[in-house]
Amino acid sequence: MSKMTYSIPIGPVHPSLKEPMTFNFEIYGERIEKVNLAPGDNHRGIEFMGMQRNPVQIIYLAERICGICSASHPFAFCKAVENAAGIEVPERAQYIRVIIAELERIHSHILWAGVAAHELGFDSVLYISWRAREEVLDLLEYLTGNRINYGIFMIGGVRRDITEDQIPRIRKTLEYYKDIYGKIEDIFLKDPTIALRTKNVGVLTKEDALRLCAVGPTARASGVKKDIRQDQPYSAYADLNVKAITPDVLTGEVNGDVYDRIVVRLLELVQSLEIVEQCLDNLPSGEIIAEKKLVKLLNQLKRAKGRGVGRHEAPRGECIHYIKLNESELPEVWKARAPTYNNLMAWVPMLLGQQIADIPIVIASIDPCIACMDRVTILNKDNGQKNILTKKDLHELSVQKTRRITP
Amino acid sequence: MKYMKPEEIIELFKGRFGDSIIDSKIESKEEGVKKNSYNIIWLMIKLENFKDAVKLLCSIQFPHFAIISGNDLGEEIELIYYFSLYYGERFKEISLNITTFLPKEDLKISTITDLIPGTQTAEREAIEMFGIKVEGLPDSPNLFLPKDFAKDTYPFRRDEKGIYPLSKNGKYVGDNIAKREEEVKKVE
Repeated sequence: MSKMTYSIPIGPVHPSLKEPMTFNFEIYGERIEKVNLAPGDNHRGIEFMGMQRNPVQIIYLAERICGICSASHPFAFCKAVENAAGIEVPERAQYIRVIIAELERIHSHILWAGVAAHELGFDSVLYISWRAREEVLDLLEYLTGNRINYGIFMIGGVRRDITEDQIPRIRKTLEYYKDIYGKIEDIFLKDPTIALRTKNVGVLTKEDALRLCAVGPTARASGVKKDIRQDQPYSAYADLNVKAITPDVLTGEVNGDVYDRIVVRLLELVQSLEIVEQCLDNLPSGEIIAEKKLVKLLNQLKRAKGRGVGRHEAPRGECIHYIKLNESELPEVWKARAPTYNNLMAWVPMLLGQQIADIPIVIASIDPCIACMDRVTILNKDNGQKNILTKKDLHELSVQKTRRITP
Repeated sequence: MKYMKPEEIIELFKGRFGDSIIDSKIESKEEGVKKNSYNIIWLMIKLENFKDAVKLLCSIQFPHFAIISGNDLGEEIELIYYFSLYYGERFKEISLNITTFLPKEDLKISTITDLIPGTQTAEREAIEMFGIKVEGLPDSPNLFLPKDFAKDTYPFRRDEKGIYPLSKNGKYVGDNIAKREEEVKKVE
């Protein structure tokens, strides 16, 4: 008897999320036999738009590549332009950049933790963790004026200083997270149900992570010690001793499963708190921007010729920008790459052999935008009958599985 | 593990490929208060030796691949592949950016997915955005552009095969609006 497989397309578009994408699954019974990825439903042509704008305008465009990484893209972009035009960033600005970037990592990782809990059916944890995330968003608003899209990066430095009287407020937030971290760790790492749903699920081996050039926590959870903050330290990271975190620090072993990805992100939360603290302790004094006058800066960039690459370790992994300036108002080339681009292919080995109910948590585990979960069609090839699964149905399947396996 | 210096890496490539290396440059950046530095290598290599260069790179250490960026230079298309070596240890990583040029009349490059599988997405992007033929990569529907995007039109090309920005009232003006202010005015 031939094996009858079903084809399940998941995706592509939910307008409110940032990375709509289609997955086509071949399913045998409950098991995934084949995965086909089809991204591109939300290609906005941002690079093309950028090439019609001057570098200062691009900063704000880059900020809007991703709502969560709205410090990472301008960080990498500003570094690329500075490298291309030979602009030196004042030391104080380098520290402020790192503080903002690390605060962003804290809110991004907590956001992810909430989403992961939601995918497993722990909605109360979603609410608790997102409540905890508000604290750092409030702090970012206090420091930059915005909860996201901070608008603090500028070519040659930052636009706003961190003053003496702002520092106690930052320390207060750090203390808050140190207090609640024990609780977060308890919920995610000691809960037997979470362990049941995430251990040995969505495994990415170290070989696959290397071969497919995975980045960020996804690669580190598989045992690849890759972190630009460690490998090629830039800005204030060059003064701090940042180490790439792999799950064996806590558990003593590397499995590369979803559980390990949770471990890595939670440990990075602590690491980020430490980095911000060290930055505050050693914050150098001085200027915060190389060229205060925008007109002068634009003129300098207009005359500049050269190419530059800027890299930054975003919460999801390496973010890289390339720019070529050619003595003109507009850049000749701008290339931006977000981390999920490289983690895309890693989904295939993770999803093969898994169950339909595990799709949400495995896809969420690399921390993409799970826009794709919006609607699912189950197509029975034999009679052409279509069943449409909405995000709600798929979520329900996942919740049921949690209930089923909980002792 | 033995770490090669950036100069040694360039010597290794020059020794193997000789005149095929069109240009090479080491960029050193100092960062932070302590002024620690890291290195970026820029290598320009002729197309016929490109794949061998990647093979040589893989023999040093399995490199991490980031992205391919392209640029339409008129007569040819420039592709830059971004790699990094010696990741995993503090201050040891070296970025290596390999540039190669494809003539417009024969836009072909062989795939490196057999060496580094992770390059597939980026190669497909180059196919869609610049109309490059990547030999050895199986055909697939568009990954980035809409499935029904016009055939033989490539967004990042600056010639007749590119997409032309529109003026405010929706007429074609060609190339870059800011560069062609007069033509835009005429159309409008």
